[in-house]
Amino acid sequence: RGCSRSTRVLFHEYSIKAAILIQRWYRRYVARLEMRRRYTWNIFQSIEYAGEQDQLQLSSFFSFMLDNFTHMNGNGPGNKYLISHLLDSVVDPLTEEVRQLKYEQIVVPESYCGPRLSFPLSVTDTNALLSAFKEEQTLHGKYVLQLLYETKKFLKQMPNIIYLSTSYAKEITICGDLHGRLDDLLLIFYKNGLPSAENPYIFNGDFVDRGKKSTEIIIILFAFLLLYPDHMHLNRGNHEDHIMNLRYGFTREVMQKYKTHGREMLQLLQDVFSLLPLATVIDNKVLIVHGGISDKIDLDFLSTVERHKYKYNKMLFKYVLFHMVIICLIQVVDILWSDPKNQSGCSPNSFRGGGCYFGPDVTQALLQKHGLCLLIRSHECKQEGYELCHNGQVITIFSASNYYEEGSNRGAYVKLGPELVPRFFQYQVSRSTRKLTLHQRYSTEGSALRALKEKLYGHRSDLMAAFQQYDIDNTGRISTSEWTQVVESVLRLDLPWRTLRPRLARLGADGNVEYESCFEDISPGEPIPPVTPNLAETLYRYRTDLEIIFNIIDKDHSGQISIEEFRQTWKLFSSHLGVAVNDQTIDDMARSIDFNKDGSIDFNEFLEAFRVVHKLDVKEQQQG
Amino acid sequence: MADKYSADTIITETQKRISNAFDVFDHESNKTVDVREIGTIIRSLGCFPSEADLHDIIAELEEEEPTGFVRYEKFLPTMTKILLERKFRPITEDLLLQAFEVLDQQKKGHLEPEELTKYLTQEGEPFTQEEMDEMLSAAVDPDKNVILYKDFVSMMTFDDTR
Repeated sequence: RGCSRSTRVLFHEYSIKAAILIQRWYRRYVARLEMRRRYTWNIFQSIEYAGEQDQLQLSSFFSFMLDNFTHMNGNGPGNKYLISHLLDSVVDPLTEEVRQLKYEQIVVPESYCGPRLSFPLSVTDTNALLSAFKEEQTLHGKYVLQLLYETKKFLKQMPNIIYLSTSYAKEITICGDLHGRLDDLLLIFYKNGLPSAENPYIFNGDFVDRGKKSTEIIIILFAFLLLYPDHMHLNRGNHEDHIMNLRYGFTREVMQKYKTHGREMLQLLQDVFSLLPLATVIDNKVLIVHGGISDKIDLDFLSTVERHKYKYNKMLFKYVLFHMVIICLIQVVDILWSDPKNQSGCSPNSFRGGGCYFGPDVTQALLQKHGLCLLIRSHECKQEGYELCHNGQVITIFSASNYYEEGSNRGAYVKLGPELVPRFFQYQVSRSTRKLTLHQRYSTEGSALRALKEKLYGHRSDLMAAFQQYDIDNTGRISTSEWTQVVESVLRLDLPWRTLRPRLARLGADGNVEYESCFEDISPGEPIPPVTPNLAETLYRYRTDLEIIFNIIDKDHSGQISIEEFRQTWKLFSSHLGVAVNDQTIDDMARSIDFNKDGSIDFNEFLEAFRVVHKLDVKEQQQG
Repeated sequence: MADKYSADTIITETQKRISNAFDVFDHESNKTVDVREIGTIIRSLGCFPSEADLHDIIAELEEEEPTGFVRYEKFLPTMTKILLERKFRPITEDLLLQAFEVLDQQKKGHLEPEELTKYLTQEGEPFTQEEMDEMLSAAVDPDKNVILYKDFVSMMTFDDTR
């Protein structure tokens, strides 16, 4: 090559410098991505937990209604309507024999080619179910009802806490939240084998909601439960709960898939969920619960609690109980809702609105009290599918991969053998098997930001009013600090707003924030009924709560309520919220939604009107 | 609104940025972060320190008896100084391109994955295998199986400014 030695030395020097430069630059690039991934995670969690906190709001609304009823006692036809709706139960109480006969008599058409279950179940049945669901078939309502009925009968004999042993040198597999993700369950079975006497499983709650295949998941889990009662165990999660299901999609899924029998299934499911055991203990050493613990938990006391009373058949009474502070039920709430923290002590879980934050000292104390060495829980999504804390005394196991969005996290399960040393197995359901590139792994930011923008949109008037207070000269701009302060105080989400600002709002030429720009990207989906923007915004913000309330009123799940019911509900809800509402406006709105003028409205259609679209998505779709 | 350019405002704004970035990694909300995240925090605030630079900073930030955590009270003054003094200046697109060009001894206009791997995992402050794999996944043109560094640099620096 003809390079002199000095040239080579020079090149070597330069190449080292060049390498260092590239390395410095690249590490900084990765750090920025990591920062974005981290705050994306914060966004998802904040919004998720804020939603769960809204449960408290609903509960206070119900007690508000109860108060109104008892004080006014029929003063105003509306209140009576609502209360009586809530207190009356739907399904006539049938005796067990009658019910069983009724299900047996349901006729399944010849044309149905899905699985036909026969009780008691056999391996043929579970195999048929797995094949059918892989082929996207639906199990006929008759068999679902029979399955739920048998499951309820079975669970009634179960204690609150189940004691297992690994005495046959078997490894027990423990799985966390599945949230309706059938692909994850099938992947676990593929990697780890089906449940059997040689392959026992524990599923630690939250089987339903959010994902689209909650029904299939519980059918499979309950079928295996009945088939292998000694080797298949299910713990209750906080989503095995009627009100949660109304909010987070399971109820809707059941009613959509089972138009004839859905209502009865939901009734049965309430009973089944409330009968699920609360905890499992392995070898008297490992405690497994869905959420966590608190400093009030006592396992001996917990064994005596009437666990089935913590449910929602008489929904109003559940919320009354909430306010009456019944200690044994508080322990149940703690088991289902608590999260570990790294600081000592036990404090109320304000993030979730229920349960506690428990510190390493609380864990240590409980484990010691009962001679245990490990706590396994789920309830929180973890990027690697699992996480250890409290000096390895607590394991969080989460089995729904891609929980927030494609690529957001792995799922995992843990295996314990007689020596009780946990072995972790991770996986991720993905459309392709190709390793995710650098960009894809950090791409969930998009949907987190979309969710955040929707929150901003839902509080537009309050935000604008507060922005304008700072903008005395009406320039349309305020400083970054002012913008941050407003957003933080109105939305009350603990997020790094300053870091997020570039993704949410524009800066003007003078370096200040053009505050209206954070609403630019969002517009209403459908043309909304003639209402003022203020009312539209309120309806948008409380959309989920309204959906739940309407669902409660609509006892037969027909999707319809009368205009009178609609009007009374909205009046009560808005007066509870302290929102001024004009009777005429509501009437006009209700009438405009009653398309066929028969005095009843399809509230799903109504609520659809208050969805939003993201303009950039629309543009992409149009171009694509 | 206060004069945006006054020294006080600049310091306050800087400190707020630092506080925000710190909070993202403050999982316990007790004003401490894991010392292993310090590099990420500093870099996300726009600085391009080398590993050796980070080493020195961390030594400064750690407690007398290292706890594995860094407290905000210590981090804030150190980081403020770094930002106000504009230490660890950004690496521009041009500079980055030049660096790649230096490595491309034969002036091919591209680099082989093996070439780049050799330099980045053996010279300077070497990459781990994981870092190298990650970078290659973004840098290697899937059809030609080479690194077209000019395109790579403009793509990555565009991303960076969003």
